Amino acid sequence: MAVEGEALTASGYIRHHLQNLTFGQHPDGSWGIAHGAEEASEMGFLALHLDTLFFSIGLAVLFLWFFHKVGKQASAGVPGAAQNFVEWIIDFINENVRGSFSGKNDLVAPLAATLFIWILLQNLMDLVPVDLIPWIATAIGIPYMKVVPTTDPNATFGMAIGVFILVLYYSFKMKGAKGFAAELTLHPFESKNPFVMVLFVPINLLLEGVNLLAKPVSHSLRLFGNLYAGEMIFILIALMYSGGIFIGAFGVVLQWAWAVFHVLIVLLQAFIFMVLTIVYLDMAHQVPDDH
Amino acid sequence: MNINLTLIVQLFSFALFVWFCMKFIWPPIMAALDERKQTIADGLAAAERGKREQELAEKRAKELLAETKEQAAELIAQAQKRASEIVEESKGEARSEGQRLLEAARAEIDQEVNRAKEQLRSQVVALAVSGAGKVLAREIDAKAHADLLEELVANL
Repeated sequence: MAVEGEALTASGYIRHHLQNLTFGQHPDGSWGIAHGAEEASEMGFLALHLDTLFFSIGLAVLFLWFFHKVGKQASAGVPGAAQNFVEWIIDFINENVRGSFSGKNDLVAPLAATLFIWILLQNLMDLVPVDLIPWIATAIGIPYMKVVPTTDPNATFGMAIGVFILVLYYSFKMKGAKGFAAELTLHPFESKNPFVMVLFVPINLLLEGVNLLAKPVSHSLRLFGNLYAGEMIFILIALMYSGGIFIGAFGVVLQWAWAVFHVLIVLLQAFIFMVLTIVYLDMAHQVPDDH
Repeated sequence: MNINLTLIVQLFSFALFVWFCMKFIWPPIMAALDERKQTIADGLAAAERGKREQELAEKRAKELLAETKEQAAELIAQAQKRASEIVEESKGEARSEGQRLLEAARAEIDQEVNRAKEQLRSQVVALAVSGAGKVLAREIDAKAHADLLEELVANL
């Protein structure tokens, strides 16, 4: 498992598992794949996590291809198994959107569906045995492989920032620049006295600004944290396999138990990400009427 | 664990996926769902309508049956009435015919009796005349005493 130069120790094993396959510019000016965490961080911002991109985009393409195929043949008659399955998911998401989103926007339901299914598929990669894909990758000459895209903050921030941009866009569109500015500056402290109010404006802006910026951060870090911790535990359990037959057998039981529990986290985190997206967009669509 | 260009690529691919989902996946599936919903609603409405129509038809059939029964009963009553009328009529006819026949017979009998009486009378007259003739052979001329004899006949 370990690449040349890295000792096969517990910490080395863990570090190896948490290292993305990073493509970027080496300090000497040549382009290539980073060997080790130090080299990867030296590449700076202009680097790509090839494994994250491969698995996330691959899964999205798989999901979109399947849904598109079913959607093209969708008929109003008696649905087949695939159509039934797709309709069941879409109905479930539609129900959630209708329950939490009071405005009228054709973007929200497809957005929620894409997020839910995509994140769910990415999270489910966590249930593949931790060593399986990296082992195959090593066999064909790829030194690092992190298979769960949602344990890479780049992926979760990518989605959360996408949602945040939409929140900002609809806030401006629905409330207007003035309404949005008022929302950020006239709450939560209010005063009838104009001089006091002027004093309150920067305080309100600070509080509401933090509130606004906390949204994408908490949105993405919640998903990332849960999945990262989950994978970390899988890696730690995998370490038990090298601790003799009894500890190894106990590890098998633990891995099974954690996988069962993790299914819940996988589903729940995808669902939470979707619901929060719907709620944030709903808040962006709400025009306050008390002004 | 570094934030790098991956984030930007993820952001754009995310936008692309959402756009694709909104453009090519959502509309056909929603259309199918809506169409099915419409079909089911139509079917239910049609079933409801059919049920109501059936009820109506049943009711009408019942009414028709009752009406027919009533008419049949009426017809039977009429027929019975007519039959008894006919019987009565023919009874009356028979009675009057009998009466007529009786009267005709009586008249005939009377005629016969009269005729017999007439015959008898003329025979008696002839007999009396011949008897008288024989008695009064020479003295009485039949012609001369015809008036007298006629009167005698009328008084018989």
